Amino acid sequence: MSGSEFVPLSLTPMLIGILAAVACALPGNFLVLRRQALIGDAISHVVLPGIVVAFLLTGVIAAWPMMLGAAGAAVVAVILIEAIRRLGRIEPGAAMGVVFTTMFAAGVLLLEQTDTSTVHLDVEHALYGNLESLIWLDATGWASLLDPVALAGLPVELSRILVTLVAVVGFIWLFWRPLKLSTFDEGFARTLGIRTNLLGLALVIVAAVAAVAAFDAVGSIIVIAMFICPPAAARMMTNTLEGQVGWSVIFAILSAVLGYVLAGYGPMWLGARDAVSAAGMIATISGLILALAARFGPCRTRSGAPVQV
Amino acid sequence: MIELAVREGIRLSDESITDSPLAVRGLTVSYGQKPAVFSVDMTVQPGAMTAIIGPNGAGKSTLLKAALGIVKPLSGQVTVFGRPLEEQRARIAYVPQRASVDWDFPTRVIDVVLMGLYRELGLLGRLSARHKARALDSLARVGMHDFANRQIGQLSGGQQQRVFLARALAQEADLYLLDEPFAGVDAATEKAIISVLKSLKKAGRTVVVVHHDLATVTDYFDHVFLINTRRVAEGPVAEAFTADHLQAAYGGRLATAQVDQLARVLG
Repeated sequence: MSGSEFVPLSLTPMLIGILAAVACALPGNFLVLRRQALIGDAISHVVLPGIVVAFLLTGVIAAWPMMLGAAGAAVVAVILIEAIRRLGRIEPGAAMGVVFTTMFAAGVLLLEQTDTSTVHLDVEHALYGNLESLIWLDATGWASLLDPVALAGLPVELSRILVTLVAVVGFIWLFWRPLKLSTFDEGFARTLGIRTNLLGLALVIVAAVAAVAAFDAVGSIIVIAMFICPPAAARMMTNTLEGQVGWSVIFAILSAVLGYVLAGYGPMWLGARDAVSAAGMIATISGLILALAARFGPCRTRSGAPVQV
Repeated sequence: MIELAVREGIRLSDESITDSPLAVRGLTVSYGQKPAVFSVDMTVQPGAMTAIIGPNGAGKSTLLKAALGIVKPLSGQVTVFGRPLEEQRARIAYVPQRASVDWDFPTRVIDVVLMGLYRELGLLGRLSARHKARALDSLARVGMHDFANRQIGQLSGGQQQRVFLARALAQEADLYLLDEPFAGVDAATEKAIISVLKSLKKAGRTVVVVHHDLATVTDYFDHVFLINTRRVAEGPVAEAFTADHLQAAYGGRLATAQVDQLARVLG
């Protein structure tokens, strides 16, 4: 495929897919180790009322108000989950279940009860996103990467997910030691003066921001898959946290690239005429990688003292 | 009951602050309706080895956790060497229960020990050869030097406990608080741990241990603190570790076999 075809049509969706996958996989490493991995699923449900409220307040379908609404809803959900967990003294999974079903229901109710029927908020878009449509029409070939006029026409989703990824990387780099410490041994971390509650909340908020930014571009399927599959597969490749994070980035990129290419060209190789959903294929590839790691990964068994329940 | 504790906590907070390594006044902690620790006073003697003993569910671990700020008490006051806890964090080393963490966590033995140096390293401080040497030295003191690069999931229960103790040693603290360090460990590990604790005492450090094995109290410790939600007794082993106090702390829960065993120990 020539540059004049690849750059406008495939480069940006692929890049956005890669950046979204990595932005979700990075905090996913800590969420998986903290047994909070399903928070990605929760977030993708709870953003609905936020999006509806943002629309009701502004009256337009614009990215920024909806992003803010979604992020606001995610933060409210995180605080509610923590509050229910602590006040009700129940396990985090149960608290998440209560909060995300309630907020999703509230979103649906809001959507039905208010004058939003003309708005295009359909299920398919929410699940699979719209990766293939994030094309760069101003580009004519590789040379466009150096052309300021063409660069100005890059899809806004690209810069948004790039900024998000930089923020995620910055957070994890800065708080690496306390994050690692409090994930492994929260009680000990507290005796060192680490504010573990605040740090845990910050981690979930960072994950929520990554989820919302990715959700907007690539849909909730990728968000849920990327929070769990690359980190879980990476855990079985190595026995250090640094190694796990490195492998999770490799797996996230591999899923995004392979998934995008297979979705676009796979059906054609098989003789079919239409491409399949890139987001769905990316999630599928990440699941396959997890299955392979679970079967063949070098660090998938333990040999020491059995886990105490 | 809880209101009473809150009132008592306020009253007791007026009391003069002692210079004890760990002084607890009017401490009440509750996980639900019923308090786990109720209006407890404790004054740890400097340079002593103190055992916190009591039946299961008596609030031993909770007392330790509340004293360290890990769980939030309903009321009460904690001072460490006569100053508020938050100012004295650098002087405290804590060894949590082995079972409280996930040993499948992807990390190596040396990394766990280096966690004890977090307060010195900070967020981004560079890990120097000197830090590594200190971590290895701590591992050597518990006989785990050769395991430095081992994945923690490969350790036996006793080895896990030694790694936790090495992490506390790396902290070079003045006050060591250990939660059930002898629970479920092999005899060699128990010997190694007690010899390290005794060497700490010899160096003038203060050691407080949540302990469950009544038979070894007189051998290992010089002070005891008996608790059953409330404080039952506190003092030197010879004075406080008596059949009466044990009966008061354990009530009917002390098995006949244990009583016989204790009768032999206590003479």
